[in-house]
Amino acid sequence: MKMLINVAETVVADALRGMAAAHPELTVDVENRVIVRRDAPVPGKVGLVSGGGSGHEPLHGGFVGPGMLSAACPGEVFTSPVPDQMVRAAAAVDSGAGVLFIVKNYTGDVLNFDMAAELAEDEGIQVAKVLVNDDVAVTDSLYTAGRRGTGATLFVEKIAGAAAEEGAPLERVEALARQVNESSRSFGVALSACTTPAKGSPTFDLPPGELELGVGIHGEPGRERRAMMTSREIADFSVNAVLEDLDPRNPVLVLVNGMGATPLLELYGFNAEVQRVLVERGIPVARTLVGNYVTSLDMAGASVTLCQVDEELLRLWDAPVKTPGLRWGM
Amino acid sequence: MLDADYFRRWMTATAASVDREAQRLTELDSPIGDADHGKNMQRGFTAVVAALEKEAPDTPGAILMLAGRQLISTVGGASGPLYGTLLRRTGKALGDAAEVSEEQFADALRTGVDAVMTLGGAAPGDKTMIDALVPAVDALPDSFTAARAAAEEGAVATTPLLARKGRASYLGERSIGHQDPGATSSALMVAALVEAADE
Repeated sequence: MKMLINVAETVVADALRGMAAAHPELTVDVENRVIVRRDAPVPGKVGLVSGGGSGHEPLHGGFVGPGMLSAACPGEVFTSPVPDQMVRAAAAVDSGAGVLFIVKNYTGDVLNFDMAAELAEDEGIQVAKVLVNDDVAVTDSLYTAGRRGTGATLFVEKIAGAAAEEGAPLERVEALARQVNESSRSFGVALSACTTPAKGSPTFDLPPGELELGVGIHGEPGRERRAMMTSREIADFSVNAVLEDLDPRNPVLVLVNGMGATPLLELYGFNAEVQRVLVERGIPVARTLVGNYVTSLDMAGASVTLCQVDEELLRLWDAPVKTPGLRWGM
Repeated sequence: MLDADYFRRWMTATAASVDREAQRLTELDSPIGDADHGKNMQRGFTAVVAALEKEAPDTPGAILMLAGRQLISTVGGASGPLYGTLLRRTGKALGDAAEVSEEQFADALRTGVDAVMTLGGAAPGDKTMIDALVPAVDALPDSFTAARAAAEEGAVATTPLLARKGRASYLGERSIGHQDPGATSSALMVAALVEAADE
């Protein structure tokens, strides 16, 4: 397996050095692994901190900047960051208005952010937490660690980020983040496994003629395996899986997200099929975003996230944002 | 009686064993996790050994608390907080005695394992590190070698189980047939108790 790296041990640090060079508008602490918007802490503004394993770029570091996250903590590849990083990030962005931790529902992320919240509160920082768990592929959550957090993370970070930028207080930002999560559902498919630098070979074996339905974002196998389907069939399956669990009465935001190795040509084609299903199901689309936003290294595949929005959420979605991975209106 | 040197040797022996078995842990983590358990544990215990050399705490309790804090600060994932809590709580339960009896250690380790169960919400049979640690703690009053055997059996016995906690749980029935990497690293840690005693 060929990868554009030096050695597996320095992959994250090397990427952070490169990110720092490309984005002088961010403060990148390579040693302690914290990415902070340069003007933090912004007086009176609630700080938004997220983080998780590396390998999902541009999530989360690529979403740091005005209108979205205040700071991000990248962990090792597919491994949650440690509490020290989160506490450091919280201290860097807290202006006294408090900090919201945006946590994807994985055992490691949850445990480390819980520990970090306790430590930050010991330092006098007011911390609220919101858990993102939008993945409908995880069924019987009584017998699992619960639903995974996937594509909805982007919606939560953008909309809560816009509210914080406008000066909303911590409890309002937290409530909006929760509302976005509760209004969002996702479903993902993989056409190939991904390769982690630590292992150097695909994390699972997926024969050329087959695909995995219901994957998360860590290259783990999904809900079931089937013979390869067309874009049209995958869109039908994915959107229907989402709509089994979400009954939108309002327009939706659509995220057609690439897993890292699927070209935009395929993603746009897939989006055409997703939009067709939504029209057939009578669901109005407010906005659509297509691209590689919540990735799994070099995994081929895509996920669909729908988020039901009211006027307030839509206005916050449209609000200006200026980050390496998402930018409009400024 | 077990003194500070014994616990230092326990941590060093665990680090050496995790080093030797890192590839195997990662292989076990590949079909049901994300193929990094070996690397993560290696990073953590390397930091533990470095910290113990630098700070040289002189009681069993202080050694385990320092080791636990290092794991929380360096491992990440679920393993960091879980293993970190195991060692910190065990160390805390040992208090500041200069030496502890094997019986006191067995009691303290049970406190640590209980704390891990509370933190992770896992029970025996969920296909986690608990499946090696609980049998080990049960056997510990007999001898360290009995605990080692019990932990190893416990780890092997996770193979046919359905994962209910952690990332493997997302695979549902497809998690069946794979030995749990967390139970395997826990068994290594228990086995190191014997190595530390032999030295």
